[in-house]
Amino acid sequence: MNTKPTSHTVRAYADELTALSDELARMGGLCERQVADCIAAVVRRDPALASAVVEGDHQVDAMETAIERRVIRILALRQPMASDLRASISAYRISGDLERVGDLAKNIAHRTHELNKSEPLDLTRSVERMGKLVVANLHRCLNAFSTGSADECLAVCNGDEEVDEHYNSLFRELLSFMIEDPTTITACAHLLFVAKNLERIGDHTTNIAEMIHYQLTGSEWRRELPHDPTSMA
Amino acid sequence: MADSENRTSTVYHDAAKNLAAKITLDGVDVFYGQKQAVHSVAMQIPDRSVTAFIGPSGCGKSTILRTINRMNETIDIARTSGSIQIDGEEINSKAVDPVLLRARVGMVFQKPNPFPKSIFDNVAYGPRIHGLATSKTELADIVETSLRKAGLWDEVADRLDQPGNGLSGGQQQRLVIARAIAVSPEVILMDEPCSALDPIATAKIEELIDELRENYCIVIVTHSMAQAARVSQMTAFFHMGDLVEYGPTEDIFTNPHQSRTQDYITGRFG
Repeated sequence: MNTKPTSHTVRAYADELTALSDELARMGGLCERQVADCIAAVVRRDPALASAVVEGDHQVDAMETAIERRVIRILALRQPMASDLRASISAYRISGDLERVGDLAKNIAHRTHELNKSEPLDLTRSVERMGKLVVANLHRCLNAFSTGSADECLAVCNGDEEVDEHYNSLFRELLSFMIEDPTTITACAHLLFVAKNLERIGDHTTNIAEMIHYQLTGSEWRRELPHDPTSMA
Repeated sequence: MADSENRTSTVYHDAAKNLAAKITLDGVDVFYGQKQAVHSVAMQIPDRSVTAFIGPSGCGKSTILRTINRMNETIDIARTSGSIQIDGEEINSKAVDPVLLRARVGMVFQKPNPFPKSIFDNVAYGPRIHGLATSKTELADIVETSLRKAGLWDEVADRLDQPGNGLSGGQQQRLVIARAIAVSPEVILMDEPCSALDPIATAKIEELIDELRENYCIVIVTHSMAQAARVSQMTAFFHMGDLVEYGPTEDIFTNPHQSRTQDYITGRFG
């Protein structure tokens, strides 16, 4: 079922729903860039880029507020039903998850300055690989939103397992590094937080995909994974 | 677009199938002269709950409502076929007296239509003609109980002898509901009962509908989707004489299965 607001009898209402969807897509695009940039800042040890990410988070927060206001306005004035109701509610929740993604990107960016105080670590490359995977999954998730593909949403959720695996192996690598050479502990601890933040971004991406799936199909869908008590993710 | 090749079969949500039905419609067709207004409607309406009929003007929802107490018979050119059962009893059978049927199946209309009589006599009218009260005190009891159930007693207790049409629109509508309740019906049909009322009077009627649901099977036709969403447990969407979709109200308003339902309730018709 097409969820794009088309041929609404009240055109102003259709315009509001379209504006909501556009704004959410823009916020998604901004967050995707924030995540890609914070990883690049860590990998390239680029303090200027890191500062730009920190600065950019204000814009993410402002967009979340704007989307929330828009949804509240639609709920109060239009009393949306069916697909419009689902679009409004999921926009509200997705903007919240995107805002968290933005916060985590900002946190990673902050660590660039700390990591730059120590010698570069080879392990940064593993973080880069994990980061690329997380960005690719987020990109796919936002694509699923714009194309309205419920199947892609499921693929995004399934893709998160790979992120978790990456995180677990990175965690083990960092531990052995720290044991071998205690002088790297500070840098490794920061990298560990970077990896943990990326793993969290992966989880938010999954949440977003679940909400897009709900918006598109009306049925709730949650990823059920057997809990692995040894997993760090 | 009204051509028969465009007719699609009804989508029933799981909860609308095989439920404990008070009213069962099967293959119900209604014609006005040559024109078919309702096409083979089949549905089960549960007892002690509110079922809302929604759909654009001319979709057949009021026509279907009126088949349930044979009100269409009062229109010369109307012809109904198919099976309509209340508690398993065929109401269109010759053995059923339509006057007695209409006591079992009360009806409330869009415009409040109190008789030009006192408030008391409006409510007492039905019990008197059906001989439901053996004494004056019993009749007074029925009147009081009915007015209480309709949420009107406190407002009119001290002026029962005054004319019913001197009340406000919302009070008149509750008076008419009290009149319907007075003959102990099993089913109450409401055809846009709030469309002539202000929001406060509407809220009072909706509160009343919610209370009455404990004891009656209520079917309401409404143009207000918000009202259908607020008061009903089941919702049926009609379009061009077809029952398009029937299911729990919550499902119909959050996740309708048919695109015609979706388009109508989100305001995309046309």
